[in-house]
Amino acid sequence: MTRISLTVDGQQVTDDVEPRTLLVQYLREQLGKTGTVIGCDTSNCGACTVHLDGTSVKSCNVLAVQADGSEVTTVEGLAGEDGTLHPVQEAFRECHGLQCGFCTPGMIMQTVDLLAENPDPSEEAIRLGLEGNLCRCTGYHNIVRAVQHAAGAGSDTERSGQDTGVTA
Amino acid sequence: MIPASFEYVAPTSVADALAALAEHGDDAKILAGGQSLLPVLRMRLNAPEWVIDLGRIDGLRGIRDAGDHLAIGAMTTHHDVGRDPLVHEHALLISKAITHLADAQVRHRGTFGGALAHADPAGDLGAPACALQASFVLQGPGGTRTVPAAEFFVDLFETAISDDEILTEIQVPKHDGWGASYEKFVRVAHQWPIVAVAATVRMEGDTIAEARVGLTNMGSTPVRAEEAEEALAGCPATEEGVAEAAALAAEGTDPPSDLNGDADYRRHLAGVLTRRAVLAAAGRNGTTAPV
Repeated sequence: MTRISLTVDGQQVTDDVEPRTLLVQYLREQLGKTGTVIGCDTSNCGACTVHLDGTSVKSCNVLAVQADGSEVTTVEGLAGEDGTLHPVQEAFRECHGLQCGFCTPGMIMQTVDLLAENPDPSEEAIRLGLEGNLCRCTGYHNIVRAVQHAAGAGSDTERSGQDTGVTA
Repeated sequence: MIPASFEYVAPTSVADALAALAEHGDDAKILAGGQSLLPVLRMRLNAPEWVIDLGRIDGLRGIRDAGDHLAIGAMTTHHDVGRDPLVHEHALLISKAITHLADAQVRHRGTFGGALAHADPAGDLGAPACALQASFVLQGPGGTRTVPAAEFFVDLFETAISDDEILTEIQVPKHDGWGASYEKFVRVAHQWPIVAVAATVRMEGDTIAEARVGLTNMGSTPVRAEEAEEALAGCPATEEGVAEAAALAAEGTDPPSDLNGDADYRRHLAGVLTRRAVLAAAGRNGTTAPV
């Protein structure tokens, strides 16, 4: 076992972990942070995306011991203390940027990272920026709209409702 | 999937890392950013007894101007290399290739040296390293040696790094003013290329004075398309002239056949992508601006 200390969603935590423990596994099983989900288990899908020291990573592809001394933000740490949703969460709700919702935690965390780097992304930049996040419902149109909405660019680039309508 | 149990050590200096490597030898794997190693461990394709994590060695990160070349610390992330103004100015081909490498999350975590040491022939950095004639600085118990790219890639997932050595730095000769393009042909987003071509050219007026072309996934290692390079030297940067030279891109290669395409298809792709990459690098199709 190896002792690790890190900050998760603003809270300092110290634990003994096996070195082989994945960060996502530590978050879910040891801290009970089940908002971060495991999708593909092959580091393809991005459902497990969290922020590690301020940038997005796939937490199934990081060892918990590698996060020792770091600051981790999960989707559970985005909302305000009074429950006010983060603007990106609000945008995903407003635009219905989800179908089954399983990819949503990762989509939201990657969107926060994308907008921090590029506050006014083109549609192409959004699609490239979310390249590492898969939606198996293929609900990408509304996800892109949600990102545009969060960036305050929704009305300029929206297509007609027929093109972007949810079909599920 | 969870890796098999291993012991973990995270040294804070290269000397300590080399000592750990000397102690655990064949039973150890080096962990850089982990974006290739952790999937391998999770799928239990490898089960080392020790994992030596280089992530705590600050001296292995960063990019420095070393006169005639750039010195890129092996543990610098793809994200940091891709955004670095020195790299953009002196080795544009690397900036171009990194925009096509994996996805944002992987680029935040994966490292320049780690990806090169992994030596996946479908990896996106080997071909640019070959084209730019990069050198690899290896530190071992006996000191430091520098290996040119042409000798660094030995075979599939195999490099010139000995069991007791660590890749610490990649030296990239400056190619100031050279245009560059990385053309990647891929079936789905953020995947490895079926074939990709890394091209960088030095123009004199409307003529290609010199060209360097690296091929991704056209054999067990990244390779240079030397016959195409020779034909491109002095070639007018026109569609016809470049197409004729680019048709030689697959000469001397031994590409694999798999579900994504057979060897003949890859040879065809190499020619097409070389034409596109060289024309773009020569500024002939308006796509040389940073992505």
